[in-house]
Amino acid sequence: MGEQPGDITLGPVLFNWKPESWRDFYFRIADEAPVTAVYLGETVCSKRAVLFEPYYQAAAERLAAGGKTVIFSTLSEVVLKLDRKQVESTCATTDYLVEANDGSALLALRGRPHHIGPFINVYNERTLGFLAGQGARNFCLPPEMPATAIRALCAAAASLDVSIEVQVFGRVPLALSARCYHARAHGRIKDSCQFVCENDPDGLQLRVLDGRPFLAVNGIQTMSHDYLNLVGELPELRAMGVSRFRLSPHSCDMIEVAAIFRAALDARISSSEAIARLAALPLGAPFSNGFYYGKPGFSWTTAAAH
Amino acid sequence: MTEDRGYRRPELVCPAGTPAGLRTAVDAGADAVYCGLQNETNARNFPGLNFTPAELEQSIAYAHARQAKVLLAVNTFPPAGRFELWREAVDTAARLGVDAMIVGDMGVADYAARNHPQLRLHLSVQAGASSPEAIRFYCQEFGVKRVVLPRILTVPEIADIHSQIPCEIEAFIFGNIGMMAEGRCSLTNYVTGLSTNMDGVCSPAADVRYEEDAERNLTIKLGPFTIDRFACGESAGYPTICKGRYLCGVQPAGYYAFEEPVSLNLSALLPDLMRAGVTALKIEGRQRSRAYVRAVVSAFRRAVDAIMAGGDPGLAGLLALTEGHRETEGAFGGKTWR
Repeated sequence: MGEQPGDITLGPVLFNWKPESWRDFYFRIADEAPVTAVYLGETVCSKRAVLFEPYYQAAAERLAAGGKTVIFSTLSEVVLKLDRKQVESTCATTDYLVEANDGSALLALRGRPHHIGPFINVYNERTLGFLAGQGARNFCLPPEMPATAIRALCAAAASLDVSIEVQVFGRVPLALSARCYHARAHGRIKDSCQFVCENDPDGLQLRVLDGRPFLAVNGIQTMSHDYLNLVGELPELRAMGVSRFRLSPHSCDMIEVAAIFRAALDARISSSEAIARLAALPLGAPFSNGFYYGKPGFSWTTAAAH
Repeated sequence: MTEDRGYRRPELVCPAGTPAGLRTAVDAGADAVYCGLQNETNARNFPGLNFTPAELEQSIAYAHARQAKVLLAVNTFPPAGRFELWREAVDTAARLGVDAMIVGDMGVADYAARNHPQLRLHLSVQAGASSPEAIRFYCQEFGVKRVVLPRILTVPEIADIHSQIPCEIEAFIFGNIGMMAEGRCSLTNYVTGLSTNMDGVCSPAADVRYEEDAERNLTIKLGPFTIDRFACGESAGYPTICKGRYLCGVQPAGYYAFEEPVSLNLSALLPDLMRAGVTALKIEGRQRSRAYVRAVVSAFRRAVDAIMAGGDPGLAGLLALTEGHRETEGAFGGKTWR
């Protein structure tokens, strides 16, 4: 066969964790998590980045020592001078690969090997081929991509010898804005936010007026309330040609999450056992996988039922 | 040209949802109209809107006979396996001789640039290019001649971008204001299963439900989610997720978590925008009525002409046309909006 079972990867922390907790999280991931690659860097808010920068080097070195490939992810929305400076300095890194999350990073990274992050709109073969020609080696697809399109993109990727990565766990990034909704909820604006997003390590829950949980606010980002869970779809994704499976970090035990996905990918546990173990985590929200099936994103379909 | 004022005569770019709407906009003084084909290749893929290729051909003849340009929006993102529909749209645009095609997807732009090098490309707001570097990337790779800026920038930021890019700037001045960065919002798909990026729909009418209780209070739902509630007599705009009211732990009651139901109105900022380097002023609203288009286009035609003649734009009457009769300058007015 010669076919690899696939890699579990860890996406960048999307939330504003306490810097020391952030560092300790990565130290533990470095030492214990069965993941192949770890994405570091602030992708949501340039104001937050300064909080974590002092720990980047220690985290990256510890992860490398733990046998993990480190990739730095760039900011997803680039408007202000501070945003642009951060993208420029991240892209100037030569010690690590960089994952681009907006057009300004594409300008900086073209001509050398890089990754494409989920905030770049790669929906079709032609875009994939164009970016591969610019030096892109790995594509983490937008989370709203249905299985039919993932399958077609995998075929194109195989012919170009580039890899496809798909988020398989965690709240789904749904929208970006210039306005900070965390600051707005607290009656503030982005410039005077006082980092109120630090109160919500998994995002600030929004409920509809009749009380049903709906979305999660994370600064300028709006996310799903529910947690994407494609553990049941791993065999199908693998068969399509997806080779990298991204876990998006949350405050729950991510070592356990990684272990469950690794075991499921290696077929050491069944889908139903994997789902049951994930459901035992204290997430406080249901699972979803609707986008994959071309249904409303919040919905949940069990692979067996499909 | 009036160089002494620091700006040149801007192009007034107006919405055309139908052939009749196109004629209305042209007759009301549009310098250019923008429109889409009757499918998911454009971001206003609404029932009853848009053009067949034959209608587009006739409409181009109508506009060109009156010195107006026609811009075709092919500005959604083709999902893998379905690129053919977008390829046909690009070929149609080139064959019929549109004055420019508005693109969002890199694959579509790449196809157009390689196969129809004579076809002028404008970068859609859907591409979300919000920095000089991102815009330069599209200019250099695909020969983009104009960028439609996201509605998230202040006037000084637009001026700053203008000095660092090799292409023209088009900016929205009036109409619906989306709160999320364009081309980067999956909220509609999350709730309805139809994608803004791939299907060209936002808050599709078929998924909107209005439920009235005994006191005639109105509950508005998109799919299974309540987006807002209005007391009897309160005015309700068209429901979108980003203009709904929600609950959260740090607010005492339902609040507009993203934005209130307001419309963008930059009429007071027109000279500032023109001085910042905006050379095309865009009016949103391909889904709006011909009466609306006639009123708004005529008003802005008079305003631009008045500004160029050194006079007052005189746009006070536009407030009556804004959504829920409430308006905002959005990000354009300054950083406190963020």
